[in-house]
Amino acid sequence: MDAPKPQAVTLTIDEREVTVPKGTTILRAAESIGIEIPRYCYHPGLSSPAQCRICLVEVVGAPKLAASCVTEAMEGQQVRTQSEPALEMRRGVLEFYLANHPLDCPICDQSGECKLQDYVHAEGREHGRSREPKRVFGRDDFGGDVLFYGDRCVMCTRCVRFMNEMAQDPRLAVVERGNRSIIDTFFDEGVEGSPYSGNIVDICPVGALVSKDFLHKARAWDLEHTPSVCPNCSQGCNIEIHTRDNLVQRLKPRDNPEVNQYWMCDYGRARYEWLNRGDRIEAPLIRTGERDARAAASWEEAIRAAAAELGGAEGPVRAVASAFVSNEALVALATLVEALGGGEIVFRSPRTVGEIPLPGFEKLARREDLAPNREGAEALGMKRVGTNDATGGLESLAAHAGKLVVLGDELEDAGPEFGAEAAAYLYLGSYPTEGAGRAKVVLPITTFAEEEGSFTNHARIVQRYEPALQAPGMARPAATVLEALRAALGTPAGALAGRRGS
Amino acid sequence: MAYPYTHEKEVRLLSRGWGDPAARTLAGARAMGGYEGLAKALELGREKVIEEVKASGLRGRGGAGFPTGMKWSFMPKEKRGPHYLCCNADESEPGTFKDRELLRWTPHQLIEGCLIAAYAIQAEHAYLYCRGEFFEANQVLARAVAEAYEAGLAGEKILGSGITIDLTVHQGAGAYICGEETALMNSLEGRRGLPRVKPPFPAAAGLFNRPTTINNVETLCAVPHIIKNGGAWYRQWGSEKSPGTKLFCVSGHVVRPGNYELPLGFPLQELIYDVCGGFREGRRLKAVIPGGSSVPIMSEAECLDCSLDYEGVAAKGSMLGCASVIVMDDSTNIVKQVRRMVDFYAHESCGQCTPCREGTTWLSRILVRIETGRGTEEDLQTLLDLGKQMTGTTICVLSDSAAAPVASSIQKFRDDYLALIRQGEAVGAA
Repeated sequence: MDAPKPQAVTLTIDEREVTVPKGTTILRAAESIGIEIPRYCYHPGLSSPAQCRICLVEVVGAPKLAASCVTEAMEGQQVRTQSEPALEMRRGVLEFYLANHPLDCPICDQSGECKLQDYVHAEGREHGRSREPKRVFGRDDFGGDVLFYGDRCVMCTRCVRFMNEMAQDPRLAVVERGNRSIIDTFFDEGVEGSPYSGNIVDICPVGALVSKDFLHKARAWDLEHTPSVCPNCSQGCNIEIHTRDNLVQRLKPRDNPEVNQYWMCDYGRARYEWLNRGDRIEAPLIRTGERDARAAASWEEAIRAAAAELGGAEGPVRAVASAFVSNEALVALATLVEALGGGEIVFRSPRTVGEIPLPGFEKLARREDLAPNREGAEALGMKRVGTNDATGGLESLAAHAGKLVVLGDELEDAGPEFGAEAAAYLYLGSYPTEGAGRAKVVLPITTFAEEEGSFTNHARIVQRYEPALQAPGMARPAATVLEALRAALGTPAGALAGRRGS
Repeated sequence: MAYPYTHEKEVRLLSRGWGDPAARTLAGARAMGGYEGLAKALELGREKVIEEVKASGLRGRGGAGFPTGMKWSFMPKEKRGPHYLCCNADESEPGTFKDRELLRWTPHQLIEGCLIAAYAIQAEHAYLYCRGEFFEANQVLARAVAEAYEAGLAGEKILGSGITIDLTVHQGAGAYICGEETALMNSLEGRRGLPRVKPPFPAAAGLFNRPTTINNVETLCAVPHIIKNGGAWYRQWGSEKSPGTKLFCVSGHVVRPGNYELPLGFPLQELIYDVCGGFREGRRLKAVIPGGSSVPIMSEAECLDCSLDYEGVAAKGSMLGCASVIVMDDSTNIVKQVRRMVDFYAHESCGQCTPCREGTTWLSRILVRIETGRGTEEDLQTLLDLGKQMTGTTICVLSDSAAAPVASSIQKFRDDYLALIRQGEAVGAA
C-alpha cells in the first residue's frame, strides 16, 4: 500500500520558512507570512487565469519566473519575491500597463485605492519610456450602478469571471483581442438587473469599473472605514461602512468565508441613505400639554420622567420592538418589560417573496426577511406581527390601556392616536413620527451605524458591528437608555435571567 | 509538370502526390500505398506502434520539435474515459505554407496518420482543427473524410477490426493563436481561443478535460510511412537527433520560392542557391529567418555553413521551427520587415497576458517611428528591454515570437536601424 501523501509542505519565501497545506499556491503561502505579492487578475474568490503576469516570482532552480498565483508551493522550494529578476519583471509589467493607461488619477474615483498606483509607487520605474499616444477606448454605461472606463482597464478580467463564476450570469465578456481587447456587455441593459453586479466594482483593482452612486463623491483617502453588518436583510453580510463628514458614502463587503465570502448584494449595497437622514430626534422630549406640546429635557430629567410614568401607571405592560435594533437593545427591552411585570413584546419586519442566492456561493442570498435581527427578536420570545411590508398588527396595542413601550418602530401606519388609551406610553426612536404623538416621553436612540452592538443573522450567527457615525444631538444607544430606565425603576439587572437563551 | 517547383535533391515522401489531383481521392491514395500503414498498425498493436515512432526519431513538425513517440507515450496507459487526438491544421505563421499543401493534395495521408495516432493513444475521436481561411483545403479534407467513412476506414470497426475512431473536421475562425495547442482546445470546446496555463498538460487534462495529444499535420503525415516501412527506414534521412525528411517552405527573394521536401540537415546555402535558384541578378543574400517569423534572424555570415536541422540552426543562435525559410536579399529594409512581422503578432495576440498584449503593440509603434525617421538611438535600447520583458514571461510563446526578430535584428542589423534614425531615410527598397 502506498504511503499517505504528505499533507503539508515547508518552503522558504524571502529566506523565511513557512509550512502550508499541500496544494497552496506560492502567492497564498507568501500571504500567510505577511508577504504581499502584487496581483491584478488573482482574486481569492475567483479562478486564476495567471494572465496579468505581475505576480511573477523567482523559484530557485526553475528556468523561468513563476506566476505565483497558480504555482503550487513545493517541499524545500526557495522562493524569492524581491530578487532582481523578479523585481525587474514586475517593473516591466508595470511599464507595459502604463504604456496605455491614462494617468488621470486626479479625477479617477479609484485614486487612493488603485493597485496600479500602489504598485507603480512601490516598484515601478521613475519615468515611463512610452512616447506614443495612448490608446483611447472612452467609457461605457454598463447599466445598474456600474460605469466602465475602458482606458483604465488592466484586463484582469476579474469582472468577467465574477459574472461567469459567481453570479453565473455571463453578461460581460472580453471582445476583440491583443491591444484592442476590451470588456463589453452583450446586451443593451448591461448588468442592469443582475442582483450582485456591484461586486464587480469592488473587485476592479483600478478605476475601470466605478459606482455611479459614488462617482466624484469622495476621495478614497478621505473615507473612514468601519467594520459593520449589513442591516438590509437577515443574511447579515459583513460590510465596511465608508463615511466622510459624518455621512455614509457607501457600503462595501468585508470578507467572511462563513457568511458572505467577499460579496454582498446590490439591494443591501444601495440602501444606506436612511442612515444619513437629517430629520432626527436629537433630544429627549417630555410632553407638557395635552398633545404635541413637548419640551426638550436632559437625559436625567427624561429618565426620571419615564420611570415615573411607567412606575406610576396601572395595568399590564406591552411593547413593540423593531427587528432593526441590536440584540443588546432587545435584551434590555425584554429585561425592562420583565421588570415591569412581564408582557407580550411584538415586532414587525418587512419581508419579500423568495430569496436571491448568489449561485457561485449559495450560502449568500438576499433573504426573505429584510430586517437584520428577526432571529434575535424571536430568540427572546418576541412575536412577529403585521404584514410583509411591516405594517399592521398593532391594532390591539394602539388601544392598549396599560403600559406601552415602543422601541425603534417608526409606526408609520399607526397614526396620531396610537397609544391614546395607554396609562403610560414611552417611545424610543430615532426619527420623528406621528405614532409617538401620544407618548409622554420620547427618547432619542442611535441607529445601528452610530453604536456598538450585534445582530443575529438567519443562520443564528451573532455578529458584532462598530460605530461608524457620531450620533446626532443627545441620541444614545437604546440598550444604554433602557438599562438606565430599568435602574431608575429600581429593578435588578438579572430580572431576565430566566428568559435568556430561550 | 510537377508541382510548381521541384528539385532533384528532394526526397518526396510526404509531398509525393502534390500536383496530382488523383492523390486527393481514396483510390489515388491507395494506388500510392495509402492505408497500408494503418493496416499494419492494427496488426502491430498500440505499444509497438509507439515504439516504432520512437525508433524513427520523428520530431514534431509544428515548430517545437518534441519527439512524437515520447509525446504519445505520455498518454495514460489505463483508460478511464475518452482520450482525444487533435490534429493542428491551423497553420498561419508568416512564411509557413506547408500544411496547407498537405491538406490540399494528400488528405488521405493525413487521415491515415490521424487514425494510426488515435489508435496508438487509445483515442476514439480525432479532431482535425483546420484553419477557416483554408477554404479549398477544408473542402478537400471533408470529402476525403467522407470517403474514408464510406470505405470503412474511419468510424466503427475500422478495417474490420473492433476499433472505433471518429474523425471531425473543425473549421477555425481565423485566429493565429488557435494554432497554440491549448488555445486550439479552448476553441474546439467553443470557448474564446486563449492559451491555457500549464500544468495541467494536455496528456493529463486536454480537450474536454480528458487526456489529449495534439500533433501537427506534417507530423501525422509522416506516421503512415514510418509504420509501413519501419522506424529504422525513416532514419536513412537526416541526422541522429533530427532524422527524416522535412518540408521546407521557402519564401522571399529567391528565384524559385516554394515547398521543398528535403532531408533534415540539408545545407542552407544549397537550399537557397541550388534548390531555389539563388537571387535576382545583382542581388546577394542579406538575411534569413530559418523557421518562420517567430525565430531570430540570421545574418549572411551565419548562413554560410548552416545545416537545416534542429541542432544546426540552434548552433547559429536561431531555431528551425517549422522550417519556413524566409530569405531576404540586400534590397531589404530589415526594419520594415521586422515591423511587419511585429504588426502581425500585435494583431494576433490574444490579449490575455500583459507583456504580450501591451508589448507587441508598443514594439510595433516604436518600429513605425524608427521606420518613418522619427526614432532615436534610445529607442533601440527600449526595444531590447521590452523584448527581454516579453520573453518567457507569458502563458504561451507568442510574446517571445514577437520579441525574437526585433532583438536579433537590432543585434545583427543595427546599422539599418541607425541609418533610419540618423538620416531619417529608408534603407533598401523593400
